[in-house]
Amino acid sequence: MIEIKNLKKSFGNKTILHDVNVVMETGKCNLIIGSSGSGKTVLLKCIVGLFTPDSGVVSYDGQVMTDLSVEEKKLLRQQIGMLFQGSALFDSMTVEQNIKFPLDMFTTLGHRDKMKKIDEVLQRVNMVGVNKKFPAEISGGMKKRVGIARSIVLNPKYLFCDEPNSGLDPQTSLVIDKLIQDITVEYNITTVVVTHDMNSVMEIGEHIFYMYQGRKQWEGSNKDIIHSKDEKLNEFIFASDFLQDAKQMRMIEAEQHNKE
Amino acid sequence: MKFFSKFGQYLLMLKGMFTRPENPKMYWKEFMHQCVEIGIGSLPIVVIISLFLGAVTTVQTAYQLVSPLVPASTIGQIVRDSMILELSPTVVSIVLAGVVGSKIASELGNMRISEQIDALEIMGINTKTYLVLPKILAALLMIPGLIVLSAFLGIWGGRTAANLSNIVASDIFDVGLRSNFSAFNVYFALTKAYTFSFIISSVPAYYGYFVTGGSLEIGRSSTTSVIVSCILILIADYALAALLI
Repeated sequence: MIEIKNLKKSFGNKTILHDVNVVMETGKCNLIIGSSGSGKTVLLKCIVGLFTPDSGVVSYDGQVMTDLSVEEKKLLRQQIGMLFQGSALFDSMTVEQNIKFPLDMFTTLGHRDKMKKIDEVLQRVNMVGVNKKFPAEISGGMKKRVGIARSIVLNPKYLFCDEPNSGLDPQTSLVIDKLIQDITVEYNITTVVVTHDMNSVMEIGEHIFYMYQGRKQWEGSNKDIIHSKDEKLNEFIFASDFLQDAKQMRMIEAEQHNKE
Repeated sequence: MKFFSKFGQYLLMLKGMFTRPENPKMYWKEFMHQCVEIGIGSLPIVVIISLFLGAVTTVQTAYQLVSPLVPASTIGQIVRDSMILELSPTVVSIVLAGVVGSKIASELGNMRISEQIDALEIMGINTKTYLVLPKILAALLMIPGLIVLSAFLGIWGGRTAANLSNIVASDIFDVGLRSNFSAFNVYFALTKAYTFSFIISSVPAYYGYFVTGGSLEIGRSSTTSVIVSCILILIADYALAALLI
C-alpha cells in the first residue's frame, strides 16, 4: 500500500500539487487520471522520488520515503518497477541486456539463472525471440512490453506506469492494459498507472483518482465513474462528441425509465 | 547569479559522484567501456593531428631559422619542446574537447531526455556515480596517455618531414632532440594533461546530465559544452604556465 498525505509541490511560483491525499491499494490497478497539466505526472514523480515534495508524506507500506537514509532509499527503489512513457530502454543494449541489467546490478545469480529469469519475463510479456534485438529495431508496443519485462524482473512490490498507452494503437493499448492488470494480480503488487486514456480507465481502473488543477477531485472505481455527478470529471470523461452523444443517450434513457 | 547557480550545481554533481557503488563489477565494466570509447575511439584523430603538427612545426621552424649562426639541430630541439610543452597537451586537448566532449554531452543528454537516467534512478542506482564518474576517471587515465603518445608521434612526424623535405638530416635532427632536455617539461605537460582531461570530461558531463527540453537542446548543450571546455582549457593553460614556469 502506498499512502500519500498532504503532498505539495511547486516549481518557482507555480504550485502544481495542492495537499494531495491518496491511498494506493495493494493488488489493484490504481489509476491517476486527468487532463494534461493537471499534475498527475508530477504526482507520480513525487511518489517514486524523482521529485522531492515541498511538504507532505509518501509512505510505502509504512516506510516514509523522506525519512529513509540514502541506503534505505536504494533498497526501497529496488522494490519499485517503472514503465516510462517512452519506455526508457537503454539504446546501446539489446532487449536481453536491458532486462539483464537490474539482475547484474542487484543480484548474485549465475549466468544460467539470469538467462532463465530473462526468458521467463519475456515469455510473460509475449516477447519470445527478440532477445538480441536493439530497442531501435522493435515497435513502440514491443518496447512497452520489454519495459514491463524489465520492471518486473526483480519481482517488485510496486509497479508504476507513466502513460503506458501513449503512442499506441487501441488494440495494442488493450494488450498492454491487460498485461498490467494480469501482472498486478499475479505478483500481488501495488500498481499505479498515470493515464488519460478512457479505454484504460474502463478496462483496468479498479481504483481511480481524478486530478484537476493539482488537486484530487474525485476518487472511485471504473464502475462508479460513469455515474459520477462531478462536473469536472464529467467534462473530462465526456470530452469527445461521441461520448457527449453517449451521455445524452444515457440521460434520455434515464428519463424514459423514470417516466415508466 | 546564473553563473554561480550553475557552478554550484556543477560542484554538487561532482560531490554526488562519490557514493558506494551498488555493484563494483558493473562500475568497473562501465569504466573499461569508457576507457575504450575515450581512449581507443580518439586514437585515429590524435595520431593524424600529432603527425601533422610535428611535420608543420618542423617546416615552419626551418623557414624561420635563416641565420647561419643557428645550427640546424635546433629545429629538432624546437619541435621537441613545442610538442611537449604546448602542441600536444593544448591542441590535442582542444580537439578532444570536440571529439570526446560532444560525445559525452550528447550521450548523457539523450539519456536524460529519453528518461533513461530516470529509469536508472528508479532502480536505485546513483546515476552520477554510474554515468559521470567512470567517464571522468577514464578521461583522466586515457587522455594523458594520448597526449604522451601525441608528443612522441609529433616529434617523429617532424623528424620524418625534416628528412623527406631535405630540411635537415635525421641524425642532425636527433642531436637537437637530445640536447638541453628538461624533465620538468614532461612534468609540466602531464600537469596540463590531467587538468585538461578533467575539464574535457566533467564540463560536458555537466551539460549533458542537466539538459532539459528536447533533441534541439541536446545539440545546443553539446555545442555549449565544447565551447566552455575550450575556453576553460585556454584559461587553465595560461594559469598553469604562469604558475609553474
